[in-house]
Amino acid sequence: MPHPISPPVLAEISLDLTTELAFCRHRLVLTAQHLRLESSESSPTVLAEWPLAAGDTLIFSDHAGVGTLALVDAHQRKAHWRFTMKHRAQAEKLIERFAARATPSPAATPAPVAPVEHWLDDSPDTASTLTLLRLWRFARPYRNRLLLGFFLTLAATAATLVPPYLTMPLMDDVLIPFQNGQDIDPWIVGKYLGGLLAAALVAWGLGWARTYVLARVSERIGVDIRTTTYNHLLGLSLDYFGSKRTGDLMARIGAETDRINLFLSLHLLDFATDVLMIVMTAIILFSINPWLALVTLIPLPIIAWMIHLVRDRLRTGFERADRVWAQVTNILSDTIPGIRVVKAFSQEAREAERFTAANRQSLHINDRVNRVWSLFGPTVTALTEFGLLIVWAFGIWQVSQGSITVGVLTAFLAYISRFYSRMDSMSRIVAVTQKTAAGTKRIFDILDHEAGVPDPLQPESPANRPAALRLEQVDFRHGNRHILNNITLSIPQGAMIGLVGHSGSGKTTLVNLIARFYDVSAGKILFDGTDIRQFRVADYRQQIGLVLQEPFLFFGTIAENIAYGKPEATREEIIRAARAAHAHEFILRLPQGYDSLVGERGQALSGGERQRISIARALLIDPKILILDEATASVDTETEQEIQQALDYLVQGRTTIAIAHRLSTLRQADLLVVLDQGQIVETGEHHELLARQGHYYRLYQAQIKLNEAGSQAPAPEEPTHAAD
Amino acid sequence: MPLTNRRLFTNEFNQLLLSEPDSPPIVVIPVRAFALSEPERLIALVDTQGHERAFIADLADLAADDAALIRHTLTERELVPEILRIDKVLSFSTPSQWRVTTNRGASELTLKSEDDIRRFHDGLLITDTHGLPYRIPTLSTLDRHSRRLLARFL
Ligand SMILES: Nc1ncnc2c1ncn2[C@@H]1O[C@H](COP(=O)(O)OP(=O)(O)O)[C@@H](O)[C@H]1O
Ligand SMILES: [Mg+2]
Repeated sequence: MPHPISPPVLAEISLDLTTELAFCRHRLVLTAQHLRLESSESSPTVLAEWPLAAGDTLIFSDHAGVGTLALVDAHQRKAHWRFTMKHRAQAEKLIERFAARATPSPAATPAPVAPVEHWLDDSPDTASTLTLLRLWRFARPYRNRLLLGFFLTLAATAATLVPPYLTMPLMDDVLIPFQNGQDIDPWIVGKYLGGLLAAALVAWGLGWARTYVLARVSERIGVDIRTTTYNHLLGLSLDYFGSKRTGDLMARIGAETDRINLFLSLHLLDFATDVLMIVMTAIILFSINPWLALVTLIPLPIIAWMIHLVRDRLRTGFERADRVWAQVTNILSDTIPGIRVVKAFSQEAREAERFTAANRQSLHINDRVNRVWSLFGPTVTALTEFGLLIVWAFGIWQVSQGSITVGVLTAFLAYISRFYSRMDSMSRIVAVTQKTAAGTKRIFDILDHEAGVPDPLQPESPANRPAALRLEQVDFRHGNRHILNNITLSIPQGAMIGLVGHSGSGKTTLVNLIARFYDVSAGKILFDGTDIRQFRVADYRQQIGLVLQEPFLFFGTIAENIAYGKPEATREEIIRAARAAHAHEFILRLPQGYDSLVGERGQALSGGERQRISIARALLIDPKILILDEATASVDTETEQEIQQALDYLVQGRTTIAIAHRLSTLRQADLLVVLDQGQIVETGEHHELLARQGHYYRLYQAQIKLNEAGSQAPAPEEPTHAAD
Repeated sequence: MPLTNRRLFTNEFNQLLLSEPDSPPIVVIPVRAFALSEPERLIALVDTQGHERAFIADLADLAADDAALIRHTLTERELVPEILRIDKVLSFSTPSQWRVTTNRGASELTLKSEDDIRRFHDGLLITDTHGLPYRIPTLSTLDRHSRRLLARFL
């Protein structure tokens, strides 16, 4: 279709899928009159065009990562286009502009078009050795000591090069003349031997100093990397933790930092020494005899070339080995906490098999790496021997020609054997560097990850403000899944809201948003009229007490666990909170009372007991907002009643959002909110909702039936007192 | 629930009793809330069902003979031997048997795992397989031999 003058573009979207869902590179352009499909070159060809009529609308839908835009009018779908969800933002803008096209406000028309995203995906990132340079960030604070270490290395290396040099005069001025019938001059011998001894002593001292200085520095760098990574990790959103496996993160912070540390303190140091030694040796050799030096150094480039060759193969191999290793640790961190489930279903054999399989995989990959690797070392050694052979041959010939002395040859041989013996260890640096680069990349993967819920630049303070919450048209998406949809809800200060709904209806997600574990995708949450994103996360969370279904106790004493949110609490305060949470008496029954250890490896407590400790923990910080997420779901009815008493006390005077499976536990709520598939379907007070005979009524009936089956049938006529 | 005007006394069975204003006295057991970190304060008197009947913020606030009675009952009930010297350790891998000299005489304890050695302040609490706690108030009071043995487990 010919196009003399194209009208201004209002919006455009990259379409990377055809309607038949094949990948392509098209682009859909919106003008005031048309939607135009064109190829995505710089001078595009128009593939199709749809004139726009007044009643047209654009409808967006998505499923499993594929988005669809449909152009419809009152009667039919006129066209549709497909794209992957990475272009969702463009689609939304297009729809917005499309809706605005009819009323061309002065601002809408000339709005700049968002640049079309690049087609190229991120370049595949294998850990390049350059990643190691990023470690400089951690080395910087120690640069003075590193410099000192470097000079010590230089001096120490120089000192080790003195002895072979002294063999030259020893040979030429002492031994050879002696063979030719002259006497040995003890003074000269003494001088040279003294020199040898002094050089050895100096080399020893300097070597010790440099190892000590550099090892200390690298140990500190290792600690810095570890703590920085861990601190950063703690700041990341729950999302990140959800997407990573515990074993993997543990391996990164533990093993990888240790590997970096070892690399810096040992391998890099050795390598630097070796390089210095080679350079210095080369200089000395050339200054003694350039020709012989040249011959001596011939194998060097060959070895360097070999190293380069093997490098790439080893790198990918080691990365794979690393990932498999992470799998091995992941299996451990999966099964050990879940050991009760494993045993209950008697799946020990299966887990053992899984572990064996992972190890077999690891073995397999390491075998392949080692095949290349094992060839490497001996080849270097063999080359060394060839090198020596050449020097011998060339040297003997030169001696016979009278162009060098025996002493020079001996010195060369002494140097060269040192030098080549280092080549062997130098070749190891390749593998270690690759491994460390891979590890560094994995560390920086964490460090480069931005905190999920960022702090504002100029935070407001939530302290001393009434805890009234308001949710305005809150949407939450996880990837492409809509989890919450258009939630609007007001919770006045001191009110108690009961959230009910089927499992998976989004209740936990909603309270996670209120506690700001995630940020909303659209809409906002207001705390006393201020968007909660205006507060610093830590300040805001201090206003919130959280009691979860699965109470988590840290390894430590009961007192420490109760005071987790307020470490400076006095013992009396701790006891008071525990009393209010009905935990005091069972704590007294433990062997060391509040000093008893709990958590993993500690005293075994029942679910109800742990829950009461976690309630005491929430009570102690005296939060303005209280969130109870199925706090009584995992305990028996009797314990539930005790916990309920504790909770009733806890709720007083606080803004409370309670989620409960047993609807009877929400009898105190001022307002019940019924969620279904991420939407609020009903709100109201208990009797009101029952009278409406809707969602709530059905949930309630289902529970009464359950209770009747469980013999403790409450009177259905007066259900409010079911739990009394 | 302080004692106020209730009284403590013992009966013929050597039980500690707490008088109640308008009911017969009840048998109580003193329990330290913070057994390790605060042995002299925060003591609860619980009845035989485990319900708390009185709470004593500080023994020093009590009448002298009440405090003495409680102390007496506590020492009779609680055994936390203090280790003065570790004489011999039979193996350095757990479970490990230790021969120790304590302030209550010589004893033999079995350490199930290193996790049963707990640090608090500058001392240690070692719980043997059967749950009996042994105490080392300060590490520095031990002799070199004991410290060297201990170091293998810390
Ligand atoms: N991290 C997540 N990633 C993807 N989907 C999630 C995630 N967390 C929750 N969901 C989904 O969100 C929906 C609501 O979950 P949730 O809020 O936990 O429900 P409820 O607490 O009401 O049982 C569920 O369908 C669940 O699968
Ligand atoms: Mg939930």
